[in-house]
Amino acid sequence: MLAVATLPDAITFAIAAVIAVVGALGVVLSRNPVHAALMLVMTLFGVAVLFVEENAQFLAAVQVIVYTGAIVVLFLFVIMLIGVDRQERVFADGFNARRALTFFLGLAVLAEVLLLAHERWVTGAHSVTGKLHGAAANVSDLGHAIFTTYLLPFEVTSALLVVAVIGAVVLARRHTAGDEPTERPVLAAGEPGSGAGEDANSPALEGAPGGSGVDR
Amino acid sequence: MIPTSFAAAISDPLFAKGFGLAVLITILVKVVVAFAVLMVSVMLMIWFERKVISDMQNRIGPNRAGPFGLLQTLADGTKLFFKEDLLPERADRLVFRLAPYFSVIPAFLIFTVVPVGGVVTIAGHVVELQVADPPIGILVVLALSSLAVYGTMLAGWSSGSKYPLLGSVRASAQMISYEAVLGLTVVVVVLEAHGLSTRAIVDSQASAFWHWNVIRLGVIPFVLFFIASTAELNRPPFDLSEGESELGGGYHTEYSSIRFALFFLAEFMNTVTMSAVVVTLFFGGPDGPGFHVVRWLWPILWFAGKTVVFCYIQVWIRAALPRLRYDQLMDLGWKRLIPLALAWLLIVAGFVWSLAWGFAIIGGCIVAGLMLAQSMKVARLRRDELSLAGERGEGGDVVPALGSAERVGG
Repeated sequence: MLAVATLPDAITFAIAAVIAVVGALGVVLSRNPVHAALMLVMTLFGVAVLFVEENAQFLAAVQVIVYTGAIVVLFLFVIMLIGVDRQERVFADGFNARRALTFFLGLAVLAEVLLLAHERWVTGAHSVTGKLHGAAANVSDLGHAIFTTYLLPFEVTSALLVVAVIGAVVLARRHTAGDEPTERPVLAAGEPGSGAGEDANSPALEGAPGGSGVDR
Repeated sequence: MIPTSFAAAISDPLFAKGFGLAVLITILVKVVVAFAVLMVSVMLMIWFERKVISDMQNRIGPNRAGPFGLLQTLADGTKLFFKEDLLPERADRLVFRLAPYFSVIPAFLIFTVVPVGGVVTIAGHVVELQVADPPIGILVVLALSSLAVYGTMLAGWSSGSKYPLLGSVRASAQMISYEAVLGLTVVVVVLEAHGLSTRAIVDSQASAFWHWNVIRLGVIPFVLFFIASTAELNRPPFDLSEGESELGGGYHTEYSSIRFALFFLAEFMNTVTMSAVVVTLFFGGPDGPGFHVVRWLWPILWFAGKTVVFCYIQVWIRAALPRLRYDQLMDLGWKRLIPLALAWLLIVAGFVWSLAWGFAIIGGCIVAGLMLAQSMKVARLRRDELSLAGERGEGGDVVPALGSAERVGG
């Protein structure tokens, strides 16, 4: 059942929507990668508020924990470590093939969204699992759906993630002289933090706003 | 009037009769009282920590401002407020100004979902003694504690200076690592409580102390959560991000005046709120024997008492333990705490299902643990061989870099 939007609902929606849209524009328009990442946080937060508004509290919490708490933190980590935060001159290199491709991909995604949601493009499609039952229904219904109906996709996705993690570890591993590729696999997998800790010294300083890696 | 779909998802009984002026006033009063209590408790916490530590170190501690030095924090706050607010030349101005709030606001908000007392009835409305009771209560705690990373990280980066940056890189890697432990132990609690709401977690432990999660789930999840929360707060012995002997103060080196005071405030507020969260998750929250005199007061007193005990333990740990080295910290998190938390989660899930499954999973965990230990032993042996070879000049240029950190520390 669709509830009629009340005044508090409408106000909350308006504020959250403005936050999300301003953040999204900021991601695209800000020159500094760190500012862009912060704007991304703002967008994700606005979307989380919209999730709460739509009664999907669990999704909102997961959005904040996973995206703002982990993924954007990793973005920032990379920006700080490898020092890519010099201001980009976006229009310096003219119109090239990559930009054209980006443009058409963006158009394709937009068209897809419009086509998928053409009937209820304001409210979105109805949920697959049907109506919620009770206060904690968010979590229990989601759990049921994931571990019964959609078990196979869920497991395949998790296997994919594990493969990605192992692949990243293998790719990032140091190659030492006289060290066969099959050696020391456990060492590489067992020290996820050591790379960040030891390498922090020299490249990290590139990332500071006034550091040596920045042109001013 | 609240639309039906909205009301269905709210577990707070305050909204059972709809949303009116009385409900609004109740909410406002709750917010204001929680804010005031938290501020006063932070003031007392700073005084308490300084007093207890100086007692443990055979000193007197603050004793000039007010009775027993109680007003020392107020005096310090006033001093900080009137100091000059410096902005480093190389700082990123916007982010530098924003960062302290990323630290303070989550610290405040975590406290809103902690149940500080029982349930009372005021003018026909059932009021839970906590600011908010969302159906995903404990996830809000995790989400906000993961937001707190930004304060530390951005403060260090935006200062445009070396030591703060190193401190913040350390701190954010540490906080992300220990968040995994925090989440896994919370899942163990949720398995037993059958709900994510903090009120449900507290209710599931009510009536007797052997129902408290610390006993029901075995002591391990509590120990893991307590260690992980200490690391999450960057408190000693995990305060590598500040490490005044190595980093000159860490991520807030460049901060002064009121902005520094905000970081300080956030740190101590987090100590208080995390103690409160530990009490909620593992020690029954406001649960405890009451008397028939003023019935609503006893749960609050029990909650406050338990929280003070954990604040004391935090101070005690700070006074007693030396700071960890960075690789020890990461080893502790990834090689010990996370596998242990995962194994314990599986075991508890097995016992929730059936006794046979529980014992089978215990056996499986022991076998897997032995295999993991053996493989790590083999890897360490091989690494030692390689670094020895590197010392003799046979192993190329990279190997000594790996081994040298071990040698310096060991």
